[in-house]
Amino acid sequence: MLKTQAYTSDGQSPFFDEMLRPDGTPRPAYAEILKWLSGQSRASFKAKQEEADAIFRRLGITFAVYGAEEANERVIPFDMIPRIISAAEWRFLERGIEQRVRSLNAFLYDIYHRQEIVRAGKIPSSMVNENPAFLPEMMGFDPPGNVYAHIIGVDLVRTGENGFFVLEDNLRTPSGVSYMLENREAMMHLFPELFAAHRVAPVERYPELLRQTLESMAPRECDSDPTIAVLTPGVFNSAYFEHAFLADQMGVELVQGSDLIIEDGALYMRTIRGKERLHVLYRRLDDAFLDPLNFRPDSLLGVPGLFDLYRAGKVTIVNAPGTGIADDKAVYAYVPEIVSFYTGEKPILDNVQTFRCSIDDERGHVLDKLDELVVKEVHGSGGYGMLIGPHASKKERADFAEKIRANPANYIAQPTLSLSTCPAFCPEGVAPRHVDLRPFVLVGDRVRVTPGGLTRVAMKKGSLVVNSSQGGGTKDTWVLED
Amino acid sequence: MRIAITHISEYRYDGPAGSAVQALRLTPAPVKGQTLVSWKVEAPGIDSACSYTDGFGNLVHLVSPPADSTVVRIAATGVVETTDTGGVSGWTGEAVAAGAFLRSTPMTTADTAIEAMAEAVRSDDRLATLHALMDAVSEHVAYEPGSTHAQTTAAAAFDAKMGVCQDHAHIFIAASRFLRIPARYVTGYLLLEDGAEAPAHHAWAEAYVDDLGWVGFDAANCLCPTDRYVRLGAGLDAASAAPIRGVRRMTGEESLTVDVDVQAVGQGQSQSQSQSGGSQSQQ
Repeated sequence: MLKTQAYTSDGQSPFFDEMLRPDGTPRPAYAEILKWLSGQSRASFKAKQEEADAIFRRLGITFAVYGAEEANERVIPFDMIPRIISAAEWRFLERGIEQRVRSLNAFLYDIYHRQEIVRAGKIPSSMVNENPAFLPEMMGFDPPGNVYAHIIGVDLVRTGENGFFVLEDNLRTPSGVSYMLENREAMMHLFPELFAAHRVAPVERYPELLRQTLESMAPRECDSDPTIAVLTPGVFNSAYFEHAFLADQMGVELVQGSDLIIEDGALYMRTIRGKERLHVLYRRLDDAFLDPLNFRPDSLLGVPGLFDLYRAGKVTIVNAPGTGIADDKAVYAYVPEIVSFYTGEKPILDNVQTFRCSIDDERGHVLDKLDELVVKEVHGSGGYGMLIGPHASKKERADFAEKIRANPANYIAQPTLSLSTCPAFCPEGVAPRHVDLRPFVLVGDRVRVTPGGLTRVAMKKGSLVVNSSQGGGTKDTWVLED
Repeated sequence: MRIAITHISEYRYDGPAGSAVQALRLTPAPVKGQTLVSWKVEAPGIDSACSYTDGFGNLVHLVSPPADSTVVRIAATGVVETTDTGGVSGWTGEAVAAGAFLRSTPMTTADTAIEAMAEAVRSDDRLATLHALMDAVSEHVAYEPGSTHAQTTAAAAFDAKMGVCQDHAHIFIAASRFLRIPARYVTGYLLLEDGAEAPAHHAWAEAYVDDLGWVGFDAANCLCPTDRYVRLGAGLDAASAAPIRGVRRMTGEESLTVDVDVQAVGQGQSQSQSQSGGSQSQQ
């Protein structure tokens, strides 16, 4: 029998556990899972784990770790205990996510047109117009359906029974959806009996819905069935596997910039059948590299003139260039106001409390509480230029305070988050580990939130860092149906 | 004043051009003080080009010349009727908000020297500040053809104290943005006075003034544009407003010859000139 003592003896945990209440009784959504766990032997579970690892190696799901010399690609750790979200919890999340992505698309339309939100004084002009993530070249353009962010991966964290917060909106080129799909497939293979005991909302239709979303965004002048391709930076990109996977699942071509040519005011791909006109490009390439004629001239990955074709309505780029302004870390603090401004409603999902160092009072608070806060550079990512207050030395904090004073607008700060825990299969038995959640959203003719998403789990005891580059793993995520 | 313009750019390649695209911003926008009487853009592939109006108000044609071309000739010709507005282009109707012209670009980033010059002319009267800024740039930076190149930054030209109209405009823009006055780069044509030493293919800056809209400042000539100026296109800097911007996926030499002819219609006044040099293309 599997030990769950790591769990029950941990009743004093300050963290919200998604399986057990503080008194040790299971939450209803996990009742079956707990029964199932206690019926498993350690040996059988280990055997299943080996089987799971073999499945993932065979599927070739790997991710590249930058700077890791020993191996270019590794299999991302997979934890077999599913993360469960109840039907009621999901209805709440789904409503909140839909409200948020609709608002952010409305915001993108507005700031690339009349900028009513700036005129209304809800957000400073400089934060939009002088933001590096804002593309003035996009102004005055109506993308098909007025949609800018079509494919979104919202990062959520949970800190309590009703405490869900959006950490990041990820409106550029979010990745991870291939793990969501493969995790589900592996789980159905490994534990069919568990699926018989639960009504789990399916995720398998994602590639089909992605394809429909892309098709619905064809340029207005396209009157036949649109041709779609996935544009990848190439095999050295850490998410190349996913680009190839999604192209394959949708039954469309995977292309690189060098496969594409512009002729007579249209975009073509070279294929073994000859030249074929392209209408919709699902690009997994950053804005700066999309088009050396219009953006970074040294980019060898993009297609010169692609942006001109887009603006002329000859091809649709998904997600639209310039969506990064809506998931910028400085703009993030304004999202609750953005939601209210465009919907007239109160935001359903809360932001993580964020202090803007550009504002005197908020900066004062940040400087006072540096030992408790996480300070981030507004345009940084991947953990660079970050201060984790509780783990930093006095000197590091003092140095960082200087940086904040010198350039306050470059920094925001957030409290250290108490991420919820879920059961994970660990060397010491089944133990609570911290998790986050990235649901995947498609915005086309309507908004579709795939039930569940990707759960990332910090496999190290006590660790709050769920990133795969830091040894984090993933879990299958189940949304139960009523 | 009625001004006739012929603007010909000829690219010559030492082999087939290969896969190339060129974005042409070669059609004057109908802003205050100028009306197009006639205008035509000719280029290989122009009939099947895609076109659109960009965020800065420029009509863009994207052309891809046939891959076997060894010469690509791009010609913009037409007649424009101008009036003297004292340099005021007014509210020009482009989509980009004035606030976006406070963004700095690599070519228009103020360094401490440019900031110091800007500080010295700062005043409460925006228009007076801009005139003083134009004087200061004009005085500090000598007109010296060949002293700079297409990629020279405002800071480098300011440091060298010499440059051409592009550099004067970049320095003016950098200083103006530092003073939190939106400013942008404008390309165009200039009908020269007899014997004047300046290119007819010209560039200057526009800055935003609340009650007037956009106002032109030509620091190279220390003058606000008159009816001798035809405004072609606008952008954040020279790269963004370039009348022809191209990318070619092919190695090999290429050369560019530009001929600009600007004359007053019916007044027997004219000048023309040629220049040769490298091109804006890249492999």
